[in-house]
Amino acid sequence: MVINKEHVQEILEEVKDPEIPVVSIYDLGILRDVKVENGFVEVVITPTYTGCPAMLEIERDINNALKKEGINDFKITTVLSPAWSTDFMTERGKANLKEYGIAPPNPTNEEDIECPNCGSQNTKLLSQFGSTACKSLFKCNDCLEPFDYFKCH
Amino acid sequence: MTDQNKFDYILQQADNCLILGQRLAEWCGHGPILEQDIALTNISLDLIGQARLFYQYAAEIQGEEKTEDDLAYLRDAWGFKNVLLVEQPNGDFGFTIMRQFLYDTFSCYFYEALMSSSDERLASIAAKSHKETLYHMKWSADWVIRLGDGTVESHNRVQQALNELWSYKDEIVIETSADSDALAAGYGVSLAELKEKRDAKITAVLEEATLSIPEGTYSHKGGKEGVHSEHLGYILADLQFLQRAYPGNEW
Repeated sequence: MVINKEHVQEILEEVKDPEIPVVSIYDLGILRDVKVENGFVEVVITPTYTGCPAMLEIERDINNALKKEGINDFKITTVLSPAWSTDFMTERGKANLKEYGIAPPNPTNEEDIECPNCGSQNTKLLSQFGSTACKSLFKCNDCLEPFDYFKCH
Repeated sequence: MTDQNKFDYILQQADNCLILGQRLAEWCGHGPILEQDIALTNISLDLIGQARLFYQYAAEIQGEEKTEDDLAYLRDAWGFKNVLLVEQPNGDFGFTIMRQFLYDTFSCYFYEALMSSSDERLASIAAKSHKETLYHMKWSADWVIRLGDGTVESHNRVQQALNELWSYKDEIVIETSADSDALAAGYGVSLAELKEKRDAKITAVLEEATLSIPEGTYSHKGGKEGVHSEHLGYILADLQFLQRAYPGNEW
């Protein structure tokens, strides 16, 4: 089997964020790079948050996904620089987040966040810290649903 | 060890993060309301994450096959270089908020300056952590204002906390030899410049919070050189028990 970069990327497309299972690590911007040299694969990832407890699980999932496809010669490298930011998130990732009920990051305006349920702009920050470190908690004043907002970085 | 000074410098920051993170974790399940319980533990998690990045780097500098776990779990109190501020007991919510505010106003400007460190690894840890501390500082400053400019009860409690913590706020900006060596070598930050920015921020927030700024200039010292209050021993007893009782144990 000839291993190339595209093939590895395709496999990793199936690795999702354990806490947001609709978004792949590629769409979230956690997957920084894939290098293939003489059959040896290096997967480069970066944490969203320093204390993100999902990173170990993500490494395990990458490990399992590659081995399942018969790729055993690889290493996973974690890099910090450049620091992860929501700018690394793809448009598809943002759309998936919204469909899942999490408001995607809005770098231009962190005050008026659109409700992912009804689309209203009339929302209110309840807490800067939500169910995970990367999200804050909002409430929609129109449909009255609380929702998570993926914070900008 | 190749670079004792850099090792000490990194440990100062790592230990601040770990000990304050552990203190905040004590709030888990005890927060005044659910959202703030979550906020306290979220910040705790960020701090422990930052501590890990520093410990991993420090362990590499130390060599001898040491790991981040050796540094966190197997050093005694006199080896810890955190400031006395972060080991102070939680007290009430107002006290925890004030302690956090006095730490956040340091760490935010510290990371901002450390991003220009000549040491690439430190600069990248700083860039990552700075974004997190911006949220922390916004949260703790908002709460200082809300409690200070709140009811008579909340005002009095947070004023009391400020009075008690005032003499603990400056140790973190007083240079040790590790700090001055780090600055001279180009990988550290200027604490004098940092103090100026920090003090301006503290004053602005305290004024908005209608709190009286204490007059004393005395500063407790010693933590950065390993001389701690009795509180640290109890924290370490909690934190290190498992690894001490069952060496090498894993989940």
